[in-house]
Amino acid sequence: MRIGKNVGYIAVAGALLAAASACGGEDTNAGGGGASNSAEAVTLTYWASNQGPSVDADKQILQPELDKFQQQTGIKVNVEVVPWADLLNRILAATTSGKGPDVVNIGNTWSASLQATGAFLPMDDTVLTGLGGKERFLGPSLAAAGAAGKPPVGVPIYGMTYGLYYNKKMFADAGIDKPPATWDELVADGKKLTKDGKWGLAVEGASVSENSHHAFIFGQQHGGDLFDASGKPQFDSPQNVAAIKQYLDLMAVHKIVNPSNAEYANGTEAVQDFVNGKAGMLMWQSIASNIKAAGVNEADFGLAPIPLPDPSSGGRQVNGMVAGINLSVFNYTKNKDAALKFVKFMTSPEEQKILNKTYGSLPTVTDGYDDPAFQTENIKAFQQILATTAAPLPQVPEESQFETLVGTAMNQLWADAASGKPITDATVKAKLTQANQQVQPGS
Amino acid sequence: MVARTTPHHDERRTAPPEGGPRPPGAGLHGRVVSRIPLRLRRLGLPYMLILPAILLELLIHVVPMLVGVGMSFLRLTQLYIRNWTAAPFAGLSNYQVAVNFDSAVGASLLHSFFVTVVFTILAVGMSWLFGTAGAVLMQGAFRGRGLLRTLFLVPYALPVYAGVITWSFMLQRDTGLVNHVLVDQLHLFGGDRPFWLIGGNSFAAVVIVAVWKSWPFAFLILMAGLQNIDKDLYEASAIDGAGWWRQLRSVTLPMLRPVNQVLILVLFLWTFNDFNTPYVLFGNAAPQEADLISVHIYQSSFITWNFGSGSAMSVLLLLFLLLVTAVYLVATSRRKSDA
Repeated sequence: MRIGKNVGYIAVAGALLAAASACGGEDTNAGGGGASNSAEAVTLTYWASNQGPSVDADKQILQPELDKFQQQTGIKVNVEVVPWADLLNRILAATTSGKGPDVVNIGNTWSASLQATGAFLPMDDTVLTGLGGKERFLGPSLAAAGAAGKPPVGVPIYGMTYGLYYNKKMFADAGIDKPPATWDELVADGKKLTKDGKWGLAVEGASVSENSHHAFIFGQQHGGDLFDASGKPQFDSPQNVAAIKQYLDLMAVHKIVNPSNAEYANGTEAVQDFVNGKAGMLMWQSIASNIKAAGVNEADFGLAPIPLPDPSSGGRQVNGMVAGINLSVFNYTKNKDAALKFVKFMTSPEEQKILNKTYGSLPTVTDGYDDPAFQTENIKAFQQILATTAAPLPQVPEESQFETLVGTAMNQLWADAASGKPITDATVKAKLTQANQQVQPGS
Repeated sequence: MVARTTPHHDERRTAPPEGGPRPPGAGLHGRVVSRIPLRLRRLGLPYMLILPAILLELLIHVVPMLVGVGMSFLRLTQLYIRNWTAAPFAGLSNYQVAVNFDSAVGASLLHSFFVTVVFTILAVGMSWLFGTAGAVLMQGAFRGRGLLRTLFLVPYALPVYAGVITWSFMLQRDTGLVNHVLVDQLHLFGGDRPFWLIGGNSFAAVVIVAVWKSWPFAFLILMAGLQNIDKDLYEASAIDGAGWWRQLRSVTLPMLRPVNQVLILVLFLWTFNDFNTPYVLFGNAAPQEADLISVHIYQSSFITWNFGSGSAMSVLLLLFLLLVTAVYLVATSRRKSDA
């Protein structure tokens, strides 16, 4: 009896201890977020996005640079590379709890949505001057770091946009001597390329983010806007309907896209098809690291701008979006100065050259371009598109909802097109109207 | 240790019969604890023993659930997640949006609900059927029975992610094993490769994977249940002239009823709530035909950053499952007492 009772007490004590130590554990974690404030031994935590072929590859790419930073400043940086599928959720968790890294990479289309949370340090003019001045940064990339009229909530570190990759050998075999410059030419070339189990164009039909990016670019080409002047969503405007139908028709009507592409979801399958010669064209951001991983020669692939609309059609001369990665500092950090030093380091001309060269992306600072690596044909083509005909996605808090809702609606439309169901203005509009109605105002 | 140093205490305490009169003054030189009446201490012990479990249960399950209920009454969007005590009170508006079936949000939730109901009925029904058939067939001893039993349990032992990801590879249209067997080897579908991960077939795909994943559990539980049926019953019924089928209907199934009552309830709850299978199979944007409710709610809250709305939908789901569980338990228990 006595023994039994004591066991009861011990068990209770054990449970309380467990609960207490759980709390204790959380506190220590918070310390990892940057509690050590003494100037000598500052340690920053950095969440990097997955830019290379794998998380481990990224770690190996970044570590030597972080060591260099520690040598220069004495500040140690612990990096964790977070896969894209988890990154937004991890950022939201850090925002909610106020516990997480000091510095983080974000996809630049999330800027305004995350700006609305107030989680990130606003990079006002004082801060930007400390980084070498606003002028140093590429205009379109910096503009995609927050809503217009507000200080950006990060600075761009890797720049990117969309281009039309084409397989030079397949083009030559089909008797095509140059990449298509208009949509009619693209369709005609695609038909010539589509034979013997090979296809004209590869798309990632079940990828929400790829779909929504294309919806935006082609919507611009038709003169459509995703949100009206008052910020209300209008995904189902006639222009946006026409834009998305034009994209779907590449499979449904012109049959230059393999119907199987409708189930490509993980963001790499279309690139694989293109790199392995199963499709002759691909509208994508940089695929340099994929080409390297596949062991094929980069010179086999050309890059041209995605065709622009006929200027008389009334559409905008846009054929890319301002894509890229920003570096942001969490507002709760206790190491603000160290964090900004790190941002300055990552945007320095030297680091910009090293990292963007490795990732096949574009430096986001003007003084990062005097390297022969950025004078290749493909990089120059991307640079030209980003500087002249790329538009930023609307920087409104509901942007992330647009990507999800319209991207998902297009997944279903690709599935319909693949199974031979007719794609008409009415069917496209019905899906987009449904997406439109599901937007829940964020402000 | 206690018993060794103070032996007389124990003797004293075990001496009087339970509830019997205590010798006056017996507690005088005892500690305060021993002043508590014996009966109370006896009664308290079980509660003391489960107290740690209750505390942890509160911490891990009940508190987050209550927080979720609280969140469903807030307008908790990205503007307030940093300090969600500042989120404005929304009253019932999150619930109104969810159950307004004329609106796109409500209509898609209702659609997802119906898809999930049909999915659950099919998946639980087939899992139970396969589990029962497997358990009954494995009951008699034969060569290789141990091997087959082990083989049948493999899907249950496999990590869900590994199993379902393998299915998603197998179900791919161009490179998947399923189409290779059906189209290339068996020449079905007139040479036309069907899609399994998008469009109408995606529903069949998710049902098949769910059944694959959960029938071994039914098999395991029913196999255990069968061990408890008295062999005499089979002998007696055989003497009465009952054949195999008659024995199954009149002995095996009635004797398994208590097992089945719990098994079907558990399978129902797991299947209805299943997040892993559809999420791993389809990613975070499931095809409309296979838009199961747990992923749908995840999408409505996490991806659109509207946590209040997602919480309201979760609470509605919780209430529905509570209602079904209560009705089920009352109905099955009543039938048992009738019989």
